Amino acid sequence: MTKLRHMKKSTRTSFFTYGLVIVAFLIIQILRGTVGIGSLLEGQLIPICAYIVMAVSLNLVVGISGELSLGHAGFMSVGAFAGCAMANGLQNLVPSEPLRLVIAILFGALMAALAGFLIGIPVLRLNGDYLAIVTLAFGEIIKTILTNLYIGVDANGLQASFVNDTTDLAEGGIALIKGPMGVSNTSARISTFVAGFILVMVALIVVFNLVNSRAGRAIMATRDNRIAAESVGISVTKYKLMAFTVSAALAGAAGTLYGCSQITFSANKFDFNTSILILVFVVLGGLGNMWGSVIAATALTILPEALRQFSDYRMLVYAIVLILVMLATNSPAIRSFFLRIVRGGRNEDGPSRSAKKEAAK
Amino acid sequence: MKKLRILSLAMAAALSVSLLAGCSDGTATTPDTDTSAAPNDTTSTATGAAFKIGGTGPLTGAASIYGLAAQRGAQIAVDEINALGGDIQFELKYEDDVHDPEKAVNAYNALKEWGMQISLGSVTSKPGEATSVYNFEDRIFALTPSASSTAVVEGKDNVFQMCFTDPNQGLASAEYIYNQGLAEKVFIIWKNDDVYSTGIKDTFMAEAETLGLEVVGDATFADGNDQDFSVQLGQAKDAGADLLFLPMYYQPASLILAQADAMGYTPKFFGVDGMDGILTMEGFDASLAEGVMLLTPFNADATDEATVNFVTKYKELYGETPNQFAADAYDCVYAYKLALETAGCTPDMSASEICDKLIEVFPTITLNGLTGDGSGITWESNGQVSKAPKGMVIQDGAYVGMD
Repeated sequence: MTKLRHMKKSTRTSFFTYGLVIVAFLIIQILRGTVGIGSLLEGQLIPICAYIVMAVSLNLVVGISGELSLGHAGFMSVGAFAGCAMANGLQNLVPSEPLRLVIAILFGALMAALAGFLIGIPVLRLNGDYLAIVTLAFGEIIKTILTNLYIGVDANGLQASFVNDTTDLAEGGIALIKGPMGVSNTSARISTFVAGFILVMVALIVVFNLVNSRAGRAIMATRDNRIAAESVGISVTKYKLMAFTVSAALAGAAGTLYGCSQITFSANKFDFNTSILILVFVVLGGLGNMWGSVIAATALTILPEALRQFSDYRMLVYAIVLILVMLATNSPAIRSFFLRIVRGGRNEDGPSRSAKKEAAK
Repeated sequence: MKKLRILSLAMAAALSVSLLAGCSDGTATTPDTDTSAAPNDTTSTATGAAFKIGGTGPLTGAASIYGLAAQRGAQIAVDEINALGGDIQFELKYEDDVHDPEKAVNAYNALKEWGMQISLGSVTSKPGEATSVYNFEDRIFALTPSASSTAVVEGKDNVFQMCFTDPNQGLASAEYIYNQGLAEKVFIIWKNDDVYSTGIKDTFMAEAETLGLEVVGDATFADGNDQDFSVQLGQAKDAGADLLFLPMYYQPASLILAQADAMGYTPKFFGVDGMDGILTMEGFDASLAEGVMLLTPFNADATDEATVNFVTKYKELYGETPNQFAADAYDCVYAYKLALETAGCTPDMSASEICDKLIEVFPTITLNGLTGDGSGITWESNGQVSKAPKGMVIQDGAYVGMD
């Protein structure tokens, strides 16, 4: 306990987040092994993991790097399409499912990182609203390209065509990406909850280590004051690009995990609404707050399903709950109330101190 | 003070939630405004010995007209059957899937927890592709009213369709145009981010090539740019097309008709079953659809007793003319009734027992439903339906048989 107190605050936060995820994972696994958690929640476990990774990776861009990106679902779709195409294409070469999933996720992450890097070069010279609009447009471009892309593989190698399906696959060939029909996972539904958990942990470790490193401090410096950061010799574009590319890679990995858990998905799934949904996770969890993103992503993925009893009023109730939670988590009164509960009243000056801090902001 | 404020916030939250809960309960007594409450009605009348039918469909969102139509059509059939009070009683529950495969699987799982014994699959193709795999793995029999992609039934012995598959429609359309000598030069406008439209267009092109029907070109549109068709129509006009093939739903088709009229371009128009509903569309001048030809399994203006009865009931309850989705779902429930009677199933059997029996029975039954022609509806053992599409032409604001 005393050791914990002497730790740096950032280390404490990261250990708290790891602990949170591990405990949640263990509880779910124990419940699954004993009483079961019901097929509704069971079916959502892997998407929840994917959305957590998405939220954590977007938080790196929005919270740490301070750039508003509205096209994050675009990277997810690059990862989903590339990773699932890989997993489907390798089904005969790599029979081991976990190994195939690892290869697919790495490939998905790589392709998304490449896309992020290429897009980041021109885009990150902009900032603020301009960047938001450009990322939004980029997300739409990716969606349109993937909607019109046909890729198949057979004994003669890869075949690709655009807009019209001209791929002519030989016997035993596999259609990997089928234009508007997207991807149909015949043998690539290989994501597991354990893999999802590992990916969440990897994402958190990557993000925390980046944030708490020299590069991470440079990224935050460019966020807090661009001119000051440049004056001490920090290359703003370089560090912003670093955050953007890492974030895109993680989003790609999340996309592959998601794609490999679905029977079918198409590019329309990763539209503007999905980008906004992930931004909502980040904002609700708190900018720069990783464990907040984890909790928000989990809660907001389960919530619409948990509200099924309201039938037609489901999304209305969802919106009301969202507004109430946003108000509640941002109200200083409620924050200090919870702080008082957490500290059990033994630290009387606690709330007032945090309130002062709040005011100082 | 602070505590008080928190308390009041919590109270307000609780109140607003209970208010909404009240809403959904309150409407249960007025089925004409809220259909989802209707299943609650049947729950109370059923004696516990009812088959639990579940289905997923887009009840909210952009595609909700299809989901709601299917839900309403099925509900009318269930209410009719329950009112007769025979051995076969049904309890129907539809869950919302927002036309998203991921949500459809969630909806399916929710239905499974509810205790669904037989399934109406999903209303739309992409979600149907996802849920049908689970239907197959969990051994829950599915008969989908309108998920028309071949991927829905492919490789699954317990998933059946009530609608034509997309390739069949493209095939039938090309043959129809060719055999009737309707056109010399065909131009296709299709929606390239839509499975339904792409599926029909692909087989239409292939079949047109084998038949020797000349396709002079094609143009695409997608979600988000489906308001202005002047470019596509201009291309068709320049190509000298005398027939426009429109494999799409009726909303974009209505715009194409209006814009072609505005630019003074008057080719023949040929649609598929998604075009059904255009005459009753709000804000559309039905005279523009004059002379439009379409293939559809269902004709709301038919004068046979079953159709008149169904259309009257539907109009009474929901204030609109039913489309083919409603008719297909209505037929699905009656197909289940017929099959369960033939197989001798009872509501206390498990889903997989019912599934095994229905797999045997379905290819043997013949249903006389609202859709299809007089010779009845039958199924292949691969799950595809065989019923003849009706060629219709719109004359004086009504469908008229084309033969």
